[in-house]
Amino acid sequence: MTLDDVIGELRSGMTIGIGGWGSRRKPMALVRALAASAVSGLTVVSYGGPDVGLLVAAGKVRRLVTGFVSLDSIPLEPHFRRAREHALIELTELDEGMLHWGLLAAAHRLPFLPMRAGLGSDLLRVNRELRTVRSPYADGEEFVAVPAVPLDAAFVHMNRADAGGNGQYLGPDPYFDDLYCLAAQRAYLSCERIVPTAELLAAGPPQSLLINRAMVTGVVETPRGAHFTSCVPDYDRDEAFQARYAGSAGDPEAWRDFTAEFLSGTEADYQAAVARFTAASLAGRTGDGVTDGPRA
Amino acid sequence: MSRGQPTLAEICVVACAEAWRGDGAILASPMGVIPTLGARLAQLTFEPELLLTDGEATLLAPVADGLVTEGWLPFRQVFTLLAAGKRHVMMGASQLDRFGNQNISCIGDWARPRAQLLGARGAPGNTVNHPVSYWVPKHSRRVLVDRVDMVSGVGYDRAAGLTGRSGRFHELRRVVTNLAVLDFGGPDRSMRLRSVHPGVSVSDVADATGFLLTAPYQVPQTRLPTEAELALIRNRLDPQARRDRELAGR
Repeated sequence: MTLDDVIGELRSGMTIGIGGWGSRRKPMALVRALAASAVSGLTVVSYGGPDVGLLVAAGKVRRLVTGFVSLDSIPLEPHFRRAREHALIELTELDEGMLHWGLLAAAHRLPFLPMRAGLGSDLLRVNRELRTVRSPYADGEEFVAVPAVPLDAAFVHMNRADAGGNGQYLGPDPYFDDLYCLAAQRAYLSCERIVPTAELLAAGPPQSLLINRAMVTGVVETPRGAHFTSCVPDYDRDEAFQARYAGSAGDPEAWRDFTAEFLSGTEADYQAAVARFTAASLAGRTGDGVTDGPRA
Repeated sequence: MSRGQPTLAEICVVACAEAWRGDGAILASPMGVIPTLGARLAQLTFEPELLLTDGEATLLAPVADGLVTEGWLPFRQVFTLLAAGKRHVMMGASQLDRFGNQNISCIGDWARPRAQLLGARGAPGNTVNHPVSYWVPKHSRRVLVDRVDMVSGVGYDRAAGLTGRSGRFHELRRVVTNLAVLDFGGPDRSMRLRSVHPGVSVSDVADATGFLLTAPYQVPQTRLPTEAELALIRNRLDPQARRDRELAGR
């Protein structure tokens, strides 16, 4: 599939789950395409990072379901922050583990799963739909009944995949990408490189094949498609670019400039603009080294 | 290099390390530079069985000349380990009240906050499943408040109000700040001053605290780092002195 093919299958008002974690292995090419589309009024489910930021900035998000939104090396996501402080989006604020449980419940086609997290906290105050449940066994203990978080569509990004939808992560953490796929009616997998099935094990062991083709609707090859989040071992987070993104996000005029420079064209246009940004900042840094004294 | 008086940051590192004393083979999850140095120091000295990650999914164990991989702990396994109770986390707090209710979600009305912060993260689950401590790099009335705007992490009064045995895994160990070490040995498990750092008086702490603090008649001084601990902090764990930056400008 192409990015446009994927976006063509989505509709306004859908619930979209986005894999990865914070500013790590996010399906950013799919997110950029969604942000540039006519689709709107979305419920977004995510361990949030710049995916949430970009979609919020593009006005696509009606409700966010999350445990946090962070850029990792920059703790607060500026678009999310602004949207909350101006009450521009609805929020379902969950404990991180509750979101895991909600996705697992949806994947297992259960209405809820019991959990201790949330008891005594204000999550039960701000999320009025949350209920508790009493154990039917002798212990009689009370738990939060974490509701399933079913998705209309899921986006995940893998290091490698074959054309049939077998996906491989090569970094340290699978995050919850398999659960996003299983919780969704339609799951779209983007990857750094599509390889023949026979070559999947050249890069990593069988247990790195997190996603199988029973879980996936379509595959898109998007080289550097997680940029500017990390996609190790293919590439680290682009901290210089992330700093540029976060710096632009605080100010409407700077954000218009950022959008014009990076987000007004296709994915190929974006990658070309990033390459220009990187070349320019490398040139600047070399200049510093020549004229300045030693740096810490 | 290990000569010279301990700095405030080094005293805080040791005070954080002490939080994990006696924990054995559980996952220590420190949030922030000084708690991380404290956990690593505890592991290198009096609490060698502690498990620690690289901040992502790899468990790293100390050997003579550095750290080696001893295991794999992706987020899904962290969630399982924490629900099993085999973890002691030291979190930060944007607000913390006298019973240890912690807020990292937002300041002001939740529906339209004056300042949106991180979100609840793992605080609700952590606090009802395993021991939790807090690190407050700037002890002030803005942080140590009479009432938090949102309860992300559960305090002792909330835990006591849970039905039946639901609160039985709740345990807040200690609060380490740039002024003092506190615990929850006060009336009804409220916060109590346990020691003050060198050069800090009890009234300094009381003035910087937004609620009435319990204190013993004689408040001891926080334990100073030993020569061996200073050498480990300065030469092995933090030769770049990142510990100073966490306190600088606060």
